[in-house]
Amino acid sequence: MGDIRLMKGNEVIAEAAIRCGCDGYFGYPITPQSEVMETLMIRRPELETGMVVVQAESEVAAINMVYGGASCGKKVMTSSSSPGISLKAEGITYLAGAELPALIVNVVRGGPGLGTIQPAQSDYFQAVKGGGHGDYKLIVLAPASVQEMNDFVELSFDLAFKYLNPALILTDGVIGQMMEKVELSEFKPRWTEEEIIAKSGTWATTGKTADRERNISTSLDLDSAKQEIFNHKLQAKYRAMQENEVRFEKINCDDADYLFVAYGSSARICQKAIEIARKKGIKVGLLRPITLFPYPIKQIQEMLGQVKGILSVEMSAGQMVEDVRLAVNGKVPVEHYGRYGGIIPTPDEVVEALEQNFLGE
Amino acid sequence: MTEEIIIAGFGGQGVLSLGKILCYSAIMQNQEVSWMPSYGPEMRGGTANVTVILSDERISSPVLKSFDTAIILNQQSMDKFVNEIKPGGTLLYDPNGITRHPERKDINIYKIQGAALATEMGNPQTFNMIIMGGFLKVKPIVLLENVKKGLEKSLPERHHKLIPLNIEAIQKGIENVETVLAL
Repeated sequence: MGDIRLMKGNEVIAEAAIRCGCDGYFGYPITPQSEVMETLMIRRPELETGMVVVQAESEVAAINMVYGGASCGKKVMTSSSSPGISLKAEGITYLAGAELPALIVNVVRGGPGLGTIQPAQSDYFQAVKGGGHGDYKLIVLAPASVQEMNDFVELSFDLAFKYLNPALILTDGVIGQMMEKVELSEFKPRWTEEEIIAKSGTWATTGKTADRERNISTSLDLDSAKQEIFNHKLQAKYRAMQENEVRFEKINCDDADYLFVAYGSSARICQKAIEIARKKGIKVGLLRPITLFPYPIKQIQEMLGQVKGILSVEMSAGQMVEDVRLAVNGKVPVEHYGRYGGIIPTPDEVVEALEQNFLGE
Repeated sequence: MTEEIIIAGFGGQGVLSLGKILCYSAIMQNQEVSWMPSYGPEMRGGTANVTVILSDERISSPVLKSFDTAIILNQQSMDKFVNEIKPGGTLLYDPNGITRHPERKDINIYKIQGAALATEMGNPQTFNMIIMGGFLKVKPIVLLENVKKGLEKSLPERHHKLIPLNIEAIQKGIENVETVLAL
């Protein structure tokens, strides 16, 4: 058994970053994710692994520090909550446009605007469909437990470096603030310049040898023909992600007549709803997308011959439900149930919504 | 076994740390745990509550609407949570400051004079461990020896000298639970 602790999701993000050999964290505090930087400041990894931790003067500064660090081939990250991620949106599309690997963590709170500090999942569109401008995609991972907060930090960096694309952990105030038992990862050394080159090539603005051109990290190309070719390359990359990187979990699906689709903390609530519904004789299962981009389209389609109705459950007014409907393409009824503005749905409410929508009660 | 617990009272009473120590104690006996606080603009004197789930199995929702056990430490929390205890469930409360006592007949009700006992011990900070003792008495799902280990795990080393005092407070709690209604 490894290092078992009782920790908050936010604290685990920080600890996992140190342990997976992250080179730098640049952030700005905001509830409900402030424990990420607080934990890093208390841990002082600069003394242990050499990881740099900087509280920037603003979110905009923090994301551009990430751009700088990523350009140098370093494993760098930032974290924030919804309003802060909006401020970072410009930097995020620049990262995607410059094909830079980085990790961004969004511990979502209710919006719009400054909204509330309570949990929500109303940044799905922002994370998955854009947020910033241009045809770009982030690799989006949605942890549903404190253990996954640990596991997905290293996974995000691995995927970000594999595809030279920013990755985003989309979580919320529930998973960020709750404590659970977690087995922390082993310590891994930070990558050397040689290791980065061996893993992902000589794209970074560092390690120039006499026999190659200087690398310039930019998302600007005024030649539209070249810009279109570059966009083709990005789209090919996103198709490869869709092909290779879909992650999901199925719970109680084998005999299910109905299906919940939910991610993150809503998926946890749906698991309890399944217990309640099954006691009433309603056979319902859960398909939990772990990657929100790439989305488990095929996996939802595989359930269509079996289930009579799908309820998409989110703490939003209905965002992910659009992707469920695209996957289902009218073959079975798809409904949405959500609470928002910082209200967390109860498992009983979710069962009631299932009954009202599909069981005529 | 799954035990779904709400602990609610004033900020500063040690509500959140009581929940944390309970979780660590359950981890010591290889159980799954979740600890979900109310978070927000709460501060000393405001309300604070935490949902704690201890289970032999993987825990589903960390956020709940009804509870097996409620540990209630002020009037606001009594008003908010007394009707969210499952029928047949358990209420443990400190009557200090309570003017509207629980009237339900379908739950087990126990009282513990936590605030008074802490004053008697000459250390108000032992309050939450007295309550812990009360909980262990009415719901013996966590072994005392695992609570000791849990205290060692959850308190920073510089505070380990306080563990004997905490154990004394737990003992005090175990010995001073009053039964109001046992089904």
